[in-house]
Amino acid sequence: MKILVAVKRVIDYNVQIRVKEDGTGVVTDNVKMSTNPPDDNAIEEAVKIKEAGKATEVVAVTVGEEKAQETVRKALAVGADRGIHVKVDGVLEPLAVSKILQKIVDKEKPDLVFMGKQAIDDDCNQTGQMLSALLNWPQATFASKIDVKDNKLEVTREIDEGLETIEINVPAIVTCDLRLNEPRYASLPNIMKAKKKPIEEIAASDLGVDVSPRLEQLKVEEPPKRKAGIKVANVAELVQKLKNEAKVI
Amino acid sequence: MAVLLIAEHNNKELRPFTLNAATAASQIDSDVHAVIIGQNSADAAKQLSELPVVKKVLSVEGAHYENFTAENFAPVIVKLAENYSHIICSANTFGKNLMPRIAAHLDTSQVSDIIKVISPDTFLRPIYAGNAFATIKSNDVKKCVTIRPTSFDPCESTGGSAPIEKVDASEEFSNTKFIKREEIKSDRPELGTARIVVSGGRGMQSGDNFKLITEIADKLGAAIGASRAAVDAGYISNDHQVGQTGKVVVPDLYIAVGISGAIQHLAGMKESKVIVAINKDGEAPIFSVADYGLEADLFEALPQFMEELNKLNTIQK
Repeated sequence: MKILVAVKRVIDYNVQIRVKEDGTGVVTDNVKMSTNPPDDNAIEEAVKIKEAGKATEVVAVTVGEEKAQETVRKALAVGADRGIHVKVDGVLEPLAVSKILQKIVDKEKPDLVFMGKQAIDDDCNQTGQMLSALLNWPQATFASKIDVKDNKLEVTREIDEGLETIEINVPAIVTCDLRLNEPRYASLPNIMKAKKKPIEEIAASDLGVDVSPRLEQLKVEEPPKRKAGIKVANVAELVQKLKNEAKVI
Repeated sequence: MAVLLIAEHNNKELRPFTLNAATAASQIDSDVHAVIIGQNSADAAKQLSELPVVKKVLSVEGAHYENFTAENFAPVIVKLAENYSHIICSANTFGKNLMPRIAAHLDTSQVSDIIKVISPDTFLRPIYAGNAFATIKSNDVKKCVTIRPTSFDPCESTGGSAPIEKVDASEEFSNTKFIKREEIKSDRPELGTARIVVSGGRGMQSGDNFKLITEIADKLGAAIGASRAAVDAGYISNDHQVGQTGKVVVPDLYIAVGISGAIQHLAGMKESKVIVAINKDGEAPIFSVADYGLEADLFEALPQFMEELNKLNTIQK
């Protein structure tokens, strides 16, 4: 079984983002970037499946500008076998990314495609579902547990009401939740080794995919700020304020 | 062209956020049709027909729709989409799972999780865990939009009498099989719609200690929430998680106990009307969004809180 894992480079989850003064977006210059957190879970799961002898190859793919390659390199350092970097400038919408990934799937013919359930920058939560629609493959979104059984996967999904378990036939798409596993850290020797692993570079323009934007971002602004609150001295004061001032209990 | 609302239900009745999505749909166009796809879902279809904002109900029945599998739902809606300008659904796990599958088939760039309808083609949506708001204009002919349910009021639920029209089922998608659903049943109000939410974080230190929160929640008639850290640590199940990748709540009162206030948690609760933070670390970021902050050891503060509540003559429910 061959697993393709899609990873995205985003502003690190610990960074407090700043909105640009001209309202065109958020500040990304000199800001720490990392792999989208649930994409780390996706890589980890693929590597674990390979380590368990149930997969033969793990290929990491990213779609993005020059520096997006760092995320592929990181995936290689934690156990992916090789990488693919689809180069494109600017920000692509999930629909365009899923069309590009469809081309990579056509070429690589993986049995499974894993990715994070959502990117923490645009918070769209679309790419995996869109890719499975384009391929007409089954989709297991928000996965918190994956059991590989021959040509099937049993996947536990996190849903609003609790948990749901489905069985999907391979080939299939899985989007990963943060609770799927605990991503490992790359060791220094593995980081060094990863530098020798191959990354194929493909220009998005060579894939014959229409990636032109359908959405216009007219403005990005700061959300309304909350008024500063007060500290109360003790529990009695707190309850009194809730009762008589805020009138919520 | 009319707007198509996808109803969320459990085959017996509508799920509450369908009413919020109906409101959003009616702000885009007054001609709202609603599709309900299920198995033996006639009662829920009737409920849908009684929403005054809904002008027509399309009912699709089939055994393969019993468990709401996106692979089975999407083809039905894609076929119906021909007659509609917009497809609307809630941005909860049901809609998040389903809508992109529809959008890709329609070759449309979806607009996810909107919090405001500015015009029929322009919407406001949070990005970066709600740390920025983006105004997005869609230039697609057909627009697929998911709405953040807590940002729209539920519509009236009675008084309407829309006609219910049967629509043919599509073929079954055989590569996905439903096995089971483990729903956590609770007598408490639902987290997403509760007037008061009491949430615990890693500071609770154990699942057992959550009983301190449970007691207070029972007293206040509140729902119980949790930070991701508490869910990851196994103190409480995932359906309680509030945050960027969990649920977004906007109660009248949100009480955060032992929660430091990571950006990802704030994303799920900072629009609450009144926020209380109880934390022994006075520097915790949760205090920056709290209306009332109490710097205290929660293991002392929570029993005292319960005592103070017991002293009150009346408690709003």
